Amino acid sequence: MLTLIARDVRIAWASGGVANALAFFLLVTILFPFAVGPDTALLARIGGGVIWAAALLAALMPVERLIGPDMDSGVLDQLAVRGLSMPSVAAAKIVAHWLGFGPPLMLAAVVAAGLLGLDARTLGAVELGLLIGTPGLAALAVATSALVTGLRGAGSVAGLVMLPLAVPLLIFGAGSLDGGMGAVKLLGAVSLLLLAGAPFVAGAAMRAGME
Amino acid sequence: MSDALAFRDVTCVRGGRTLFEGLSFAIAGGGAALVSGPNGVGKSSLIRVAAGLLRPAAGEVVGLPIRALLAEAAALDPGLRLFNALGFWATLDAEPDPRERVPRALDAVGLAHIAEVPVRLLSTGQRRRAALARVVASGAPVWLLDEPANGLDVASVAMLERLIAEHRAGGGTVLVATHTPIALPDAVEVILGDPSC
Repeated sequence: MLTLIARDVRIAWASGGVANALAFFLLVTILFPFAVGPDTALLARIGGGVIWAAALLAALMPVERLIGPDMDSGVLDQLAVRGLSMPSVAAAKIVAHWLGFGPPLMLAAVVAAGLLGLDARTLGAVELGLLIGTPGLAALAVATSALVTGLRGAGSVAGLVMLPLAVPLLIFGAGSLDGGMGAVKLLGAVSLLLLAGAPFVAGAAMRAGME
Repeated sequence: MSDALAFRDVTCVRGGRTLFEGLSFAIAGGGAALVSGPNGVGKSSLIRVAAGLLRPAAGEVVGLPIRALLAEAAALDPGLRLFNALGFWATLDAEPDPRERVPRALDAVGLAHIAEVPVRLLSTGQRRRAALARVVASGAPVWLLDEPANGLDVASVAMLERLIAEHRAGGGTVLVATHTPIALPDAVEVILGDPSC
Protein backbone atom coordinates (compact mmCIF):
# COMPACT_ATOMS: atom_id res chain seq x y z
CA MET A 1 0.00 0.00 0.00
CA LEU A 2 2.77 2.44 0.95
CA THR A 3 4.72 1.33 -2.12
CA LEU A 4 1.71 2.16 -4.27
CA ILE A 5 1.24 5.57 -2.68
CA ALA A 6 4.93 6.40 -3.06
CA ARG A 7 4.83 5.39 -6.72
CA ASP A 8 1.83 7.57 -7.52
CA VAL A 9 3.24 10.59 -5.68
CA ARG A 10 6.51 10.20 -7.59
CA ILE A 11 4.68 9.99 -10.93
CA ALA A 12 2.55 13.05 -10.10
CA TRP A 13 5.65 15.15 -9.37
CA ALA A 14 7.77 13.71 -12.19
CA SER A 15 5.11 14.12 -14.88
CA GLY A 16 4.58 17.77 -13.98
CA GLY A 17 1.01 17.13 -12.86
CA VAL A 18 1.54 18.94 -9.56
CA ALA A 19 3.23 21.99 -11.08
CA ASN A 20 0.61 22.24 -13.86
CA ALA A 21 -2.32 22.21 -11.47
CA LEU A 22 -0.69 24.84 -9.24
CA ALA A 23 0.19 27.10 -12.16
CA PHE A 24 -3.37 26.79 -13.41
CA PHE A 25 -4.74 27.60 -9.96
CA LEU A 26 -2.64 30.75 -9.68
CA LEU A 27 -3.50 31.79 -13.24
CA VAL A 28 -7.24 31.58 -12.57
CA THR A 29 -6.89 33.67 -9.41
CA ILE A 30 -4.84 36.22 -11.35
CA LEU A 31 -7.51 36.39 -14.07
CA PHE A 32 -10.18 37.62 -11.66
CA PRO A 33 -8.65 41.05 -10.94
CA PHE A 34 -8.39 41.55 -14.71
CA ALA A 35 -12.04 40.62 -15.15
CA VAL A 36 -13.62 42.56 -12.27
CA GLY A 37 -11.15 45.45 -12.06
CA PRO A 38 -8.56 46.46 -9.48
CA ASP A 39 -11.06 47.48 -6.77
CA THR A 40 -9.24 46.28 -3.63
CA ALA A 41 -12.30 46.20 -1.41
CA LEU A 42 -14.29 44.18 -3.93
CA LEU A 43 -11.42 41.75 -4.53
CA ALA A 44 -10.94 41.24 -0.80
CA ARG A 45 -14.65 40.48 -0.46
CA ILE A 46 -14.88 37.93 -3.31
CA GLY A 47 -11.29 36.64 -2.93
CA GLY A 48 -12.14 33.63 -0.75
CA GLY A 49 -14.78 32.44 -3.21
CA VAL A 50 -12.39 32.99 -6.12
CA ILE A 51 -9.80 30.76 -4.45
CA TRP A 52 -12.40 28.03 -3.97
CA ALA A 53 -13.59 28.17 -7.58
CA ALA A 54 -9.98 28.15 -8.80
CA ALA A 55 -9.19 25.17 -6.57
CA LEU A 56 -12.11 23.27 -8.08
CA LEU A 57 -10.95 23.99 -11.63
CA ALA A 58 -7.36 23.09 -10.76
CA ALA A 59 -8.60 19.78 -9.33
CA LEU A 60 -9.92 18.94 -12.80
CA MET A 61 -6.53 19.31 -14.48
CA PRO A 62 -4.93 15.98 -13.55
CA VAL A 63 -8.12 13.87 -13.67
CA GLU A 64 -7.40 12.36 -17.06
CA ARG A 65 -4.01 11.08 -15.97
CA LEU A 66 -4.90 9.51 -12.62
CA ILE A 67 -6.20 6.11 -13.76
CA GLY A 68 -6.08 5.97 -17.56
CA PRO A 69 -2.33 5.44 -18.04
CA ASP A 70 -2.27 2.63 -15.46
CA MET A 71 -5.22 0.95 -17.14
CA ASP A 72 -3.58 1.16 -20.59
CA SER A 73 -0.14 0.00 -19.53
CA GLY A 74 -1.48 -3.06 -17.73
CA VAL A 75 -0.42 -1.85 -14.27
CA LEU A 76 -3.92 -2.42 -12.86
CA ASP A 77 -3.92 -5.96 -14.29
CA GLN A 78 -0.63 -6.72 -12.59
CA LEU A 79 -1.89 -5.31 -9.29
CA ALA A 80 -5.03 -7.44 -9.53
CA VAL A 81 -2.99 -10.57 -10.26
CA ARG A 82 -1.01 -9.88 -7.09
CA GLY A 83 -4.24 -10.06 -5.16
CA LEU A 84 -4.76 -6.35 -4.45
CA SER A 85 -8.42 -5.40 -4.48
CA MET A 86 -9.34 -2.51 -6.74
CA PRO A 87 -10.97 -0.44 -3.95
CA SER A 88 -7.72 -0.56 -1.97
CA VAL A 89 -5.77 0.46 -5.08
CA ALA A 90 -8.24 3.35 -5.50
CA ALA A 91 -7.79 4.33 -1.84
CA ALA A 92 -4.01 4.40 -2.32
CA LYS A 93 -4.48 6.58 -5.39
CA ILE A 94 -6.70 8.99 -3.43
CA VAL A 95 -4.08 9.37 -0.68
CA ALA A 96 -1.31 9.83 -3.26
CA HIS A 97 -3.34 12.32 -5.27
CA TRP A 98 -4.16 14.35 -2.17
CA LEU A 99 -0.48 14.44 -1.13
CA GLY A 100 0.43 15.86 -4.53
CA PHE A 101 -2.53 18.23 -4.62
CA GLY A 102 -3.83 19.31 -1.19
CA PRO A 103 -0.74 20.67 0.60
CA PRO A 104 0.74 22.36 -2.50
CA LEU A 105 -2.63 23.97 -3.18
CA MET A 106 -2.81 25.26 0.39
CA LEU A 107 0.62 26.83 -0.05
CA ALA A 108 -0.42 28.36 -3.37
CA ALA A 109 -3.56 29.71 -1.68
CA VAL A 110 -1.31 31.85 0.54
CA VAL A 111 0.19 33.41 -2.57
CA ALA A 112 -3.25 33.84 -4.11
CA ALA A 113 -4.53 35.49 -0.93
CA GLY A 114 -1.68 37.98 -1.18
CA LEU A 115 -2.54 38.72 -4.80
CA LEU A 116 -6.21 39.28 -3.98
CA GLY A 117 -5.52 41.26 -0.81
CA LEU A 118 -7.34 38.92 1.61
CA ASP A 119 -7.02 39.65 5.32
CA ALA A 120 -5.51 37.13 7.71
CA ARG A 121 -8.85 35.97 9.11
CA THR A 122 -10.25 35.14 5.67
CA LEU A 123 -7.02 33.42 4.70
CA GLY A 124 -7.26 31.31 7.85
CA ALA A 125 -10.83 30.33 6.98
CA VAL A 126 -9.81 29.48 3.39
CA GLU A 127 -6.91 27.31 4.58
CA LEU A 128 -9.08 25.48 7.09
CA GLY A 129 -11.71 24.91 4.41
CA LEU A 130 -9.13 23.66 1.92
CA LEU A 131 -7.63 21.32 4.52
CA ILE A 132 -11.05 19.78 5.09
CA GLY A 133 -12.31 19.98 1.52
CA THR A 134 -9.35 18.90 -0.62
CA PRO A 135 -9.40 15.24 0.55
CA GLY A 136 -12.98 15.02 -0.67
CA LEU A 137 -11.98 16.74 -3.89
CA ALA A 138 -9.12 14.26 -4.37
CA ALA A 139 -11.49 11.32 -3.79
CA LEU A 140 -13.93 12.75 -6.30
CA ALA A 141 -11.13 13.24 -8.85
CA VAL A 142 -9.99 9.62 -8.59
CA ALA A 143 -13.55 8.28 -8.82
CA THR A 144 -14.25 10.49 -11.86
CA SER A 145 -11.01 9.43 -13.47
CA ALA A 146 -11.90 5.75 -13.06
CA LEU A 147 -15.39 6.34 -14.45
CA VAL A 148 -14.34 8.19 -17.60
CA THR A 149 -11.25 6.11 -18.41
CA GLY A 150 -11.57 4.58 -21.83
CA LEU A 151 -14.17 7.04 -23.03
CA ARG A 152 -13.47 9.20 -26.04
CA GLY A 153 -12.81 12.77 -24.99
CA ALA A 154 -12.35 11.63 -21.39
CA GLY A 155 -11.08 15.06 -20.35
CA SER A 156 -14.20 17.00 -21.24
CA VAL A 157 -16.56 14.33 -19.93
CA ALA A 158 -14.60 14.36 -16.66
CA GLY A 159 -15.47 18.02 -16.17
CA LEU A 160 -19.15 17.36 -16.77
CA VAL A 161 -19.15 14.47 -14.29
CA MET A 162 -17.00 16.01 -11.61
CA LEU A 163 -17.99 19.67 -11.32
CA PRO A 164 -21.68 19.13 -10.44
CA LEU A 165 -20.68 16.61 -7.77
CA ALA A 166 -18.16 19.08 -6.36
CA VAL A 167 -20.79 21.80 -5.93
CA PRO A 168 -21.51 20.88 -2.27
CA LEU A 169 -17.81 21.28 -1.46
CA LEU A 170 -17.84 24.69 -3.12
CA ILE A 171 -21.00 25.84 -1.34
CA PHE A 172 -19.86 24.83 2.14
CA GLY A 173 -16.23 25.74 1.49
CA ALA A 174 -17.10 29.26 0.40
CA GLY A 175 -19.88 29.38 3.02
CA SER A 176 -17.38 28.75 5.81
CA LEU A 177 -15.65 32.05 4.93
CA ASP A 178 -18.37 34.03 6.70
CA GLY A 179 -17.21 32.46 9.92
CA GLY A 180 -20.04 29.96 10.38
CA MET A 181 -18.89 26.75 12.05
CA GLY A 182 -22.00 25.05 10.67
CA ALA A 183 -20.65 25.34 7.11
CA VAL A 184 -17.29 23.92 8.22
CA LYS A 185 -19.02 20.92 9.76
CA LEU A 186 -21.11 20.34 6.64
CA LEU A 187 -17.98 20.68 4.51
CA GLY A 188 -16.38 17.98 6.66
CA ALA A 189 -19.46 15.79 6.25
CA VAL A 190 -19.45 16.11 2.45
CA SER A 191 -15.71 15.47 2.33
CA LEU A 192 -16.04 12.34 4.48
CA LEU A 193 -18.93 11.08 2.40
CA LEU A 194 -16.87 11.43 -0.79
CA LEU A 195 -13.85 9.79 0.87
CA ALA A 196 -15.94 6.86 2.06
CA GLY A 197 -17.72 6.23 -1.21
CA ALA A 198 -15.09 7.05 -3.82
CA PRO A 199 -12.78 4.02 -3.35
CA PHE A 200 -15.66 1.63 -3.98
CA VAL A 201 -17.03 3.55 -6.96
CA ALA A 202 -13.54 3.87 -8.45
CA GLY A 203 -12.73 0.23 -7.66
CA ALA A 204 -15.88 -1.03 -9.35
CA ALA A 205 -15.23 1.18 -12.39
CA MET A 206 -11.62 -0.04 -12.66
CA ARG A 207 -12.78 -3.64 -12.32
CA ALA A 208 -15.37 -3.12 -15.06
CA GLY A 209 -12.78 -1.41 -17.25
CA MET A 210 -10.54 -4.46 -17.06
CA GLU A 211 -13.15 -6.81 -18.47
CA MET B 1 -1.63 -34.89 -6.41
CA SER B 2 -3.90 -31.89 -6.88
CA ASP B 3 -3.70 -29.74 -9.96
CA ALA B 4 -1.71 -26.53 -9.98
CA LEU B 5 -4.22 -24.99 -12.38
CA ALA B 6 -7.44 -26.40 -13.70
CA PHE B 7 -10.31 -25.11 -15.86
CA ARG B 8 -13.66 -26.74 -15.15
CA ASP B 9 -16.32 -26.30 -17.82
CA VAL B 10 -15.29 -22.70 -18.34
CA THR B 11 -17.34 -20.61 -20.75
CA CYS B 12 -16.12 -17.19 -21.81
CA VAL B 13 -18.42 -14.61 -23.37
CA ARG B 14 -17.13 -11.23 -24.53
CA GLY B 15 -19.29 -8.53 -26.04
CA GLY B 16 -22.15 -10.99 -26.51
CA ARG B 17 -19.95 -13.42 -28.45
CA THR B 18 -19.13 -16.83 -27.00
CA LEU B 19 -15.39 -17.38 -27.38
CA PHE B 20 -15.22 -20.86 -25.88
CA GLU B 21 -17.67 -23.06 -24.06
CA GLY B 22 -17.36 -25.87 -21.53
CA LEU B 23 -13.56 -25.83 -21.64
CA SER B 24 -11.90 -28.21 -19.18
CA PHE B 25 -8.26 -29.07 -18.71
CA ALA B 26 -5.86 -29.51 -15.80
CA ILE B 27 -2.14 -28.96 -15.35
CA ALA B 28 -0.22 -30.62 -12.55
CA GLY B 29 2.84 -29.17 -10.83
CA GLY B 30 5.76 -29.25 -13.29
CA GLY B 31 3.34 -29.43 -16.20
CA ALA B 32 2.51 -27.07 -19.01
CA ALA B 33 -0.39 -26.28 -21.29
CA LEU B 34 -0.17 -24.73 -24.72
CA VAL B 35 -3.17 -22.75 -25.95
CA SER B 36 -3.18 -22.31 -29.69
CA GLY B 37 -5.55 -21.19 -32.39
CA PRO B 38 -5.96 -18.37 -34.91
CA ASN B 39 -6.12 -14.67 -34.01
CA GLY B 40 -9.23 -13.46 -32.22
CA VAL B 41 -10.27 -16.87 -31.04
CA GLY B 42 -9.95 -16.07 -27.34
CA LYS B 43 -6.40 -17.05 -26.38
CA SER B 44 -5.74 -13.82 -24.51
CA SER B 45 -9.17 -13.97 -22.89
CA LEU B 46 -8.38 -17.48 -21.68
CA ILE B 47 -5.18 -16.20 -20.08
CA ARG B 48 -7.10 -13.33 -18.46
CA VAL B 49 -9.69 -15.77 -17.14
CA ALA B 50 -6.85 -17.87 -15.69
CA ALA B 51 -5.38 -14.72 -14.09
CA GLY B 52 -8.73 -13.89 -12.51
CA LEU B 53 -9.04 -10.63 -14.47
CA LEU B 54 -12.06 -11.84 -16.42
CA ARG B 55 -14.96 -13.60 -14.79
CA PRO B 56 -16.01 -16.68 -16.74
CA ALA B 57 -19.65 -16.73 -17.78
CA ALA B 58 -19.86 -20.30 -16.44
CA GLY B 59 -17.56 -22.78 -14.80
CA GLU B 60 -14.58 -22.06 -12.57
CA VAL B 61 -10.80 -21.91 -12.50
CA VAL B 62 -9.13 -23.60 -9.54
CA GLY B 63 -5.55 -24.09 -8.49
CA LEU B 64 -2.71 -22.42 -6.63
CA PRO B 65 -3.64 -18.83 -5.80
CA ILE B 66 -0.32 -17.15 -6.58
CA ARG B 67 0.09 -16.66 -10.32
CA ALA B 68 2.31 -14.45 -12.44
CA LEU B 69 1.02 -12.86 -15.64
CA LEU B 70 2.87 -11.84 -18.77
CA ALA B 71 0.38 -9.90 -20.87
CA GLU B 72 0.63 -7.73 -23.96
CA ALA B 73 1.47 -4.57 -21.97
CA ALA B 74 4.78 -4.49 -20.13
CA ALA B 75 3.39 -2.47 -17.17
CA LEU B 76 6.81 -1.00 -16.37
CA ASP B 77 7.05 2.70 -15.53
CA PRO B 78 8.74 4.28 -18.57
CA GLY B 79 10.54 6.92 -16.51
CA LEU B 80 12.20 4.49 -14.11
CA ARG B 81 15.45 2.59 -14.52
CA LEU B 82 14.78 -1.03 -15.40
CA PHE B 83 16.07 -2.29 -12.05
CA ASN B 84 13.77 0.02 -10.08
CA ALA B 85 10.76 -0.63 -12.32
CA LEU B 86 11.11 -4.36 -11.67
CA GLY B 87 11.88 -3.69 -8.01
CA PHE B 88 8.52 -1.98 -7.61
CA TRP B 89 6.70 -5.13 -8.66
CA ALA B 90 9.04 -7.35 -6.69
CA THR B 91 8.17 -5.53 -3.46
CA LEU B 92 4.48 -6.20 -4.14
CA ASP B 93 5.04 -9.93 -4.68
CA ALA B 94 4.27 -12.44 -1.98
CA GLU B 95 7.93 -13.53 -1.84
CA PRO B 96 10.51 -12.00 0.54
CA ASP B 97 13.81 -10.32 -0.46
CA PRO B 98 12.83 -8.30 -3.54
CA ARG B 99 16.32 -6.81 -3.83
CA GLU B 100 17.81 -10.26 -4.41
CA ARG B 101 15.20 -11.65 -6.77
CA VAL B 102 15.41 -8.82 -9.30
CA PRO B 103 19.13 -9.11 -10.18
CA ARG B 104 18.78 -12.87 -10.50
CA ALA B 105 15.81 -12.48 -12.84
CA LEU B 106 17.64 -9.86 -14.91
CA ASP B 107 20.58 -12.25 -15.22
CA ALA B 108 18.23 -15.02 -16.29
CA VAL B 109 16.78 -12.99 -19.19
CA GLY B 110 20.18 -11.53 -20.16
CA LEU B 111 19.40 -7.90 -19.32
CA ALA B 112 21.75 -7.46 -16.35
CA HIS B 113 23.98 -5.11 -18.37
CA ILE B 114 21.15 -2.59 -18.92
CA ALA B 115 19.65 -2.65 -15.42
CA GLU B 116 20.34 1.08 -15.04
CA VAL B 117 18.80 2.13 -18.37
CA PRO B 118 15.37 3.86 -18.20
CA VAL B 119 12.54 1.63 -19.42
CA ARG B 120 11.46 4.13 -22.10
CA LEU B 121 14.77 3.59 -23.96
CA LEU B 122 14.39 -0.19 -24.22
CA SER B 123 13.56 -1.88 -27.52
CA THR B 124 10.44 -3.99 -28.02
CA GLY B 125 12.30 -7.23 -27.48
CA GLN B 126 14.10 -5.91 -24.42
CA ARG B 127 10.79 -4.76 -22.93
CA ARG B 128 9.38 -8.21 -23.54
CA ARG B 129 12.35 -9.79 -21.79
CA ALA B 130 11.99 -7.28 -18.95
CA ALA B 131 8.34 -8.30 -18.53
CA LEU B 132 9.50 -11.90 -18.51
CA ALA B 133 12.03 -10.99 -15.82
CA ARG B 134 9.14 -9.73 -13.70
CA VAL B 135 7.47 -13.14 -14.03
CA VAL B 136 10.73 -14.90 -13.14
CA ALA B 137 11.32 -12.58 -10.18
CA SER B 138 7.81 -13.10 -8.81
CA GLY B 139 8.63 -16.67 -7.76
CA ALA B 140 4.99 -17.57 -8.44
CA PRO B 141 4.37 -21.29 -8.96
CA VAL B 142 2.00 -20.67 -11.86
CA TRP B 143 3.09 -18.66 -14.91
CA LEU B 144 0.50 -17.35 -17.35
CA LEU B 145 2.22 -16.23 -20.53
CA ASP B 146 0.29 -14.48 -23.29
CA GLU B 147 2.24 -14.55 -26.56
CA PRO B 148 5.58 -14.64 -24.74
CA ALA B 149 7.56 -14.98 -27.98
CA ASN B 150 6.23 -11.74 -29.50
CA GLY B 151 9.06 -9.43 -30.47
CA LEU B 152 11.75 -11.89 -29.43
CA ASP B 153 14.62 -12.95 -31.69
CA VAL B 154 15.62 -16.59 -32.16
CA ALA B 155 18.18 -16.54 -29.34
CA SER B 156 15.65 -14.98 -26.97
CA VAL B 157 13.01 -17.57 -27.83
CA ALA B 158 15.56 -20.26 -26.95
CA MET B 159 16.16 -18.42 -23.67
CA LEU B 160 12.40 -18.32 -23.04
CA GLU B 161 12.16 -22.06 -23.63
CA ARG B 162 15.07 -22.65 -21.27
CA LEU B 163 13.47 -20.49 -18.54
CA ILE B 164 10.16 -22.34 -18.87
CA ALA B 165 11.98 -25.70 -18.69
CA GLU B 166 13.85 -24.59 -15.54
CA HIS B 167 10.63 -23.34 -13.96
CA ARG B 168 8.95 -26.69 -14.66
CA ALA B 169 11.95 -28.65 -13.42
CA GLY B 170 11.50 -26.78 -10.14
CA GLY B 171 7.88 -27.93 -9.91
CA GLY B 172 6.37 -24.85 -11.52
CA THR B 173 3.46 -24.77 -13.92
CA VAL B 174 3.09 -22.84 -17.16
CA LEU B 175 0.10 -21.88 -19.27
CA VAL B 176 1.20 -20.44 -22.61
CA ALA B 177 -1.02 -18.90 -25.27
CA THR B 178 0.78 -18.40 -28.55
CA HIS B 179 0.43 -18.58 -32.30
CA THR B 180 4.17 -18.97 -32.83
CA PRO B 181 5.48 -22.45 -32.14
CA ILE B 182 7.65 -22.73 -29.04
CA ALA B 183 9.01 -25.96 -27.63
CA LEU B 184 7.00 -27.19 -24.65
CA PRO B 185 7.68 -30.89 -24.08
CA ASP B 186 4.72 -32.94 -22.79
CA ALA B 187 2.39 -29.96 -22.77
CA VAL B 188 -1.38 -30.31 -22.59
CA GLU B 189 -2.68 -29.04 -25.94
CA VAL B 190 -5.66 -26.68 -25.79
CA ILE B 191 -6.78 -25.81 -29.29
CA LEU B 192 -9.36 -23.04 -29.51
CA GLY B 193 -11.47 -22.21 -32.50
CA ASP B 194 -13.48 -25.08 -33.85
CA PRO B 195 -13.35 -24.73 -37.65
CA SER B 196 -16.98 -25.85 -37.89
CA CYS B 197 -18.25 -22.73 -36.06
